[in-house]
Amino acid sequence: MPALFPSFLAPLLKRLLLVIPTLLLVSMVIFSLLAILPGDPVSAILGQEATPEAALALRAQLGLDDPIYVQYGHWLMGVLHGDLGRSFIDRTPVLDSLMQRLPVTIELALGSFVVAILIAVPAGIMAAARPRGAVSYFSTLVALFGMSVPHFWLGMMFIVLFAVKLGWLPASGYVPFTEDWHGNLLAMIMPMVATGLRESAILMRMVRSSLLEVLNEDYIRTAFSKGLKDWQVVFGHALRNALIPVVTASGLMVSGLLGGLVITESIFGIPGMGKMIVDAIFQRDYVMVQGGVLAAALMVVLVNLVVDVLYVIIDPRIAK
Amino acid sequence: MNPSLDTNDVLPQAQRFVGLRRFAANRLALVGALIIALLVLVAIFAPWLATHDPIFDQDYSNLLSGPDAAHWMGTDDLGRDIFSRMLYGARISLQAALIAVGLAFCIGVPIGIASGYFRGFWDEWVVMRLVDALQAFPSLILALALAAALGGGFYNAMVAVGIGFAPAFIRLARGQALSIRNLDYVMAARSVGAGHVRIMWRYILPNAMAPLVIQATFAMGSAIIAEAGLSYLGLGAKPEDPSWGSMLHIAQGYLNSNPTLALWPGIAIFMVVLGFNLLGDGIREVFDPKLYR
Repeated sequence: MPALFPSFLAPLLKRLLLVIPTLLLVSMVIFSLLAILPGDPVSAILGQEATPEAALALRAQLGLDDPIYVQYGHWLMGVLHGDLGRSFIDRTPVLDSLMQRLPVTIELALGSFVVAILIAVPAGIMAAARPRGAVSYFSTLVALFGMSVPHFWLGMMFIVLFAVKLGWLPASGYVPFTEDWHGNLLAMIMPMVATGLRESAILMRMVRSSLLEVLNEDYIRTAFSKGLKDWQVVFGHALRNALIPVVTASGLMVSGLLGGLVITESIFGIPGMGKMIVDAIFQRDYVMVQGGVLAAALMVVLVNLVVDVLYVIIDPRIAK
Repeated sequence: MNPSLDTNDVLPQAQRFVGLRRFAANRLALVGALIIALLVLVAIFAPWLATHDPIFDQDYSNLLSGPDAAHWMGTDDLGRDIFSRMLYGARISLQAALIAVGLAFCIGVPIGIASGYFRGFWDEWVVMRLVDALQAFPSLILALALAAALGGGFYNAMVAVGIGFAPAFIRLARGQALSIRNLDYVMAARSVGAGHVRIMWRYILPNAMAPLVIQATFAMGSAIIAEAGLSYLGLGAKPEDPSWGSMLHIAQGYLNSNPTLALWPGIAIFMVVLGFNLLGDGIREVFDPKLYR
């Protein structure tokens, strides 16, 4: 029994170790982005009217005279201590703004993810169970639609239908869940469905093909030959194995979801991290852009790490 | 000495066009090919098909009008003909797809093939870690940040999208090179003295092309959505340019009073992306007929 632990932990440890260079490179990419961005942070902070002396003093104070690797080192140490810098516009700490915006984006991402799962898993199972049936063809068409439709246009069409024509839902705006859960859900349902639909299409195809593959395995034939019913075979034997690649795909989905939310938040006027990045780009508030991009990348890395851990737990064969 | 053989020299007549016949038998793939052919034709002939100039013909006495004989899809907020702007929009979308995917392909494939072929420290600790790092960024957020860094505008936005797509091509090309590098025909080429570049160019690349072409086809659709998204946010094409994304940006302000303004560009983007997705599925089925059985 004790021998199980090293073999179980080995792939996890390797994965954890690989995260370190990845995160270092992520930090270098983000730092380089700020370094090549147009505009001078000193003139952004002091304005165009600043005296050369004041500009020089601020350059020295911000460490902009140091070599680039020294600047990177200072920046990285700051990030590791939770100091992401201050907004060029209103001098608020970037971390504070992120902490305000992040829960909104996480709620939206989780909601979209749930929408995607709720559509994809049942549709994928039905399509695989009867690969030549009407449900299979219908769900294939819906998946094609979901993969091809621009989610931001779908969001606009939802606004026209459910807000303008029917008046059932608010066209834009946001109410925190803690203040008014009902209002929050009403405001979030359209963006969640618009963003979740595309991901559900990708996931549905994956559930279908993965389940189809598993249903061709010998042990499934054995299960059928024992006289089990279709649903008993699918739910009792096939689904667990079929969902293993789907778990990995769910991790990769986070990246697509976060990217999609940038536009969704702008369409629906939701004050999340994506809208923060877009607003910061237009205000040339590059420290804020840097903080937002860093948070998004960190979320993707962490979620994929969790997914890898889950992967080993769900499928112990991987550890062998 | 030429150790390579043209497959047409050895394949019997019946097998030469088997892929094409398999593609032609897939009706959805044909629909996809037809949509893309139409897109290309519209993009080429837009100046002859358009009834008005898409930017400068502004009819201020006829703002936000519905479809009529003069303006088949109506006019926008500056009295510009929507039908003509839609036609020119096909040009921008096609350019977006070609620039972004072409760049991603040209960056990703040589790096991926070389990395998978040579393996070792550079492959494991430089290229793949950089790919991991770049794939940690949601591609649209990376494109946004890069587009901002490069200064905005259509071409910069497409370069940004191309850079964002490149890691996926590197990963795929590397995987292909890894699986091909030890096959018999590569060994045979090496044994007759073929150099590294020749082996990669003549033996690995052609045999790695099928999944790369499939990936490129799907990426074209994604690039069109990314262009529309960036233009919608104001970071791609200029607002006056007839990009379908810019048209959606304008339409956002009139969802209450004139929702049809958002209808045409959205349908066009959907149709074109659907075309690329169907085409990609069709090509995939040609190369891997087991897939959808």
